[in-house]
Amino acid sequence: MPAIPIAKAPQPAATNPAQIRNFCIIAHIDHGKSTLADRMLGITEVVEARNMRAQYLDRMDIERERGITIKSQAVRLPWRSGIDGQEYILNMIDTPGHVDFTYEVSRSLAACEGAVLLVDCAQGIEAQTLANLYLAMENNLTIIPVLNKIDLPNAQPDKFAAELARLIGCQPEDCLRVSGKTGDGVAELLDQIVAQIPAPVGDANAPARALIFDSVYDSYRGVVTYVRVIDGRINPREQIQMFSTGVRHEALEVGVISPEPLPSKGLGVGEVGYLITGVKDVRQSRVGDTVTNYQNPTKTALAGYKDPKPMVFSGLFPLDGADFPLLRDALDKLQLNDAALVYEPESSAALGFGFRCGFLGLLHMEIVRERLERESGISLISTAPNVVYRVMLEDGKEFIVTNPSEFPDGKINYVKEPIVKSTILAPSEYIGTIMELCQERRGTMLGMDYISEDRVEIRYTLPLAEIVFDFFDQLKSRTKGYASLDYEELGDEEGNLVKVDILLQGEAVDAFSAIVHRDKAYSYGVMMTGKLRELIPRQQFEVPIQAAIGSRIIARESIRAIRKDVLAKCYGGDISRKRKLLEKQKEGKKRMKMVGRVEVPQEAFVAALATDADIEKIKAARKQD
Amino acid sequence: MLSFYVHIPYCIKRCGYCDFNTYTPSELQDGATLEIVSNDYIDAVLRELESAPKDQVPTIFFGGGTPSLLPAHDLGRVIKAIKARNGLTADCEITLEANPDSVTQEKLSAYLAAGFNRISFGMQSAQPHVLAVLDRTHNPANVKRAVDMARAAGFQSISVDLIYGTPGESLEDWRSTVTEALSLDIDHISAYALIVETGTKLAAQIKRGDLTMPNDDLMADMYLLVDQMCNDAGLNWYELSNWAKPGKECLHNIAYWKSANWWGLGPGAHSHVDAKRFWNVKHPTAYKQKLFAGESPIADSEDLTAEQLRDESIMLAIRMRTGLALSLLTDAAKENLEAYKSSGHLEIVGDAIQLTAQGRLIADRLVREALA
Repeated sequence: MPAIPIAKAPQPAATNPAQIRNFCIIAHIDHGKSTLADRMLGITEVVEARNMRAQYLDRMDIERERGITIKSQAVRLPWRSGIDGQEYILNMIDTPGHVDFTYEVSRSLAACEGAVLLVDCAQGIEAQTLANLYLAMENNLTIIPVLNKIDLPNAQPDKFAAELARLIGCQPEDCLRVSGKTGDGVAELLDQIVAQIPAPVGDANAPARALIFDSVYDSYRGVVTYVRVIDGRINPREQIQMFSTGVRHEALEVGVISPEPLPSKGLGVGEVGYLITGVKDVRQSRVGDTVTNYQNPTKTALAGYKDPKPMVFSGLFPLDGADFPLLRDALDKLQLNDAALVYEPESSAALGFGFRCGFLGLLHMEIVRERLERESGISLISTAPNVVYRVMLEDGKEFIVTNPSEFPDGKINYVKEPIVKSTILAPSEYIGTIMELCQERRGTMLGMDYISEDRVEIRYTLPLAEIVFDFFDQLKSRTKGYASLDYEELGDEEGNLVKVDILLQGEAVDAFSAIVHRDKAYSYGVMMTGKLRELIPRQQFEVPIQAAIGSRIIARESIRAIRKDVLAKCYGGDISRKRKLLEKQKEGKKRMKMVGRVEVPQEAFVAALATDADIEKIKAARKQD
Repeated sequence: MLSFYVHIPYCIKRCGYCDFNTYTPSELQDGATLEIVSNDYIDAVLRELESAPKDQVPTIFFGGGTPSLLPAHDLGRVIKAIKARNGLTADCEITLEANPDSVTQEKLSAYLAAGFNRISFGMQSAQPHVLAVLDRTHNPANVKRAVDMARAAGFQSISVDLIYGTPGESLEDWRSTVTEALSLDIDHISAYALIVETGTKLAAQIKRGDLTMPNDDLMADMYLLVDQMCNDAGLNWYELSNWAKPGKECLHNIAYWKSANWWGLGPGAHSHVDAKRFWNVKHPTAYKQKLFAGESPIADSEDLTAEQLRDESIMLAIRMRTGLALSLLTDAAKENLEAYKSSGHLEIVGDAIQLTAQGRLIADRLVREALA
């Protein structure tokens, strides 16, 4: 067997770089990356058959449930090549694949010399995979095209081999064919990784330089930092330094993942492993940063480091105001493990105390919210997500707006919003549908190419705000799920944007203010006023609900005054029952929010903001009460 | 003083909207005649009476169920026992709830002879289609007959109960019902908005979509209509759902609303004595078994805190024409209620808050404000 027992394999810190191959797997969700990774763990025997479980490397519940990878992993796999019979160390770096985490992906790619491009040969390449493929090509990685799931009855390996060949400029017969499920072709793939991907090159005698490609907070061990050593060596018990912050730490432990953490005597040139310094906050160990030796530091950092930049903002509020301190603790804790999450306290007349949070994108937002709810047991309500606007007033003052309710008053010179370049891959029959959707969403077409005879790549610039709104859902539903989307930032552009306020008896309700394109202001106003009319109980006076741009009313509804709120009967036996009802209502009244003179149950605000999924959750929670 | 409520948990048949603690005789005992059930039941009630305080009694109210289903001599045993044990005030009000179908001239005379002086007929509606939805058995024409007979028998005080807001009932239907009731020349009317109680046949029909409840606006208009028509006929409102000629107000119900002491005899009956409320086991069989075994029929009780007592008196007083004493209210509550003065929902009369007809329609909301 080409597997090598770990004890006999080349040891960390004593492995010749020529024996090392560092690679990652680029794949779309559901294309079988985790199954292939599981299979590699099995064939190389780093995980014994009896310890094997599905999605071995995805440790978080959310990852396993959704079949996605959020955090990277790096596994050291010893392998004896079936071609030359030599011993090698393969480091497989498992990366997230979603557009929200493009920067994290780029750092994982920077830690590798090659990439396996894994494509489901019943589905073909997807937009996000294509984007990551281009990223890998820009990083000069050697690409090994692999068609997965050849065991499926509807597999079309020839068609998709041609597609891949066209995309990366190889021959269709260069595409390997494997089945992660049956193991077919996986040993050959490992041999090809050895044969095709170059060994890492670095200067063993230079000052240490290691690239951080991920860091994870572990409640027992503190932050575990994943690194790829470029030059020099990282040794345990030595003082190390983070280049961007200059902070010094002691490397308490250095090791490799195999696939459980295994302490080592160090990490040499080209090696991939982890280090533990005892710090408790991942922001001290930033993805993309360079680790060096404190006594003998490098003068030049590795290229490509960026601070995480939140693109999407939303207010998160506890459903029960008393849970605010719990939410703060949960955010503090989550931030230890998520350097991209930013937040600051926010107070809303409608929703009480909460936090304005910044996220990398919609998936990041969803994951954060789900983890907060799951790990702290708090029910949350979030305001509609928005992007970051730059507002320039006529007097030259500029505002960065991450919360629509903070949109400045006064004469506005212009408003700029983030624009993205989006790539959509879809069967060609949907070209018309997709173009129509992009036009509706203020898109500008950049171009279109056929990637195979019946699949196209369509490129548009779009305002990010449109994508954040519901573009992706619409794209999926209008193309029966066949289209895939990826996008990258293109900077800011001026837009004809206005702030629409929703007024209750003349008072703006902060949670419902939105920044929208002028053409869509009216439909937003009609939708929101209509929703609130249904949800807000009748008061003792008529309550107008208006949508306004500045002082101009664009939509209006009204809640008629209440006529009847009384139980007609109240005799002997009714009295206790009625008093108990009142005691309950008294508690309910405490949860009422006052908007001017209008009394609104918090549930009404929540329902107006809630998505269908939220409503299901709220119903489920009520049933349990 | 101690008022008595006597619960008669029997009906010939259960009406579709009713969720009261009542049973048809056949539900209780196979093959037993009403006479046997009745006699047995009254024995149990008299047992319970033994544990009540011995204060003098200003009012007795026989409710149900259908008290008029039981023979006068059985009901008379209860009146006699209370009189012998506690003593009645000189003008003690003794009310019988009666089904217009189950009375005859002889029966009514017998009730009067047994000590009753006030009778309340369940009329509900003058419209056959409304009665049908309510699942009531009586013929609307029987009401006039029953009222005339009661008057002939010598009852000084006669009331009818009405229900509005039944599915399918129009404002005009309701107007003719109230017109018909007032034409009976009675001195007291109770009118209740129909409440759909869960678990009733009516609730199931509405849930299935066979019937649709009228909207709150129509209900409100119906209330305003009956209030106006009663006042015009010289029956003044004295409680949210009750109108009477001067001096003909129901003293028993006023005892409830003034948080007086009262004792409920019978299964499921509630009592209020000083700052304590307690209530009996619900099923007549369990009730009888307990009493005949020498045990207390009380199912549960609550001792009211000062705050609960205050809340109750606010909740009850606000429903009455005599009104809610300002002294019961906190400053915050007064401030809350101020807005309702300008909106025409209430007036200050002397040192009390009195609700207007519009205000009575939102009385529960006003109670919530008043409890602040």
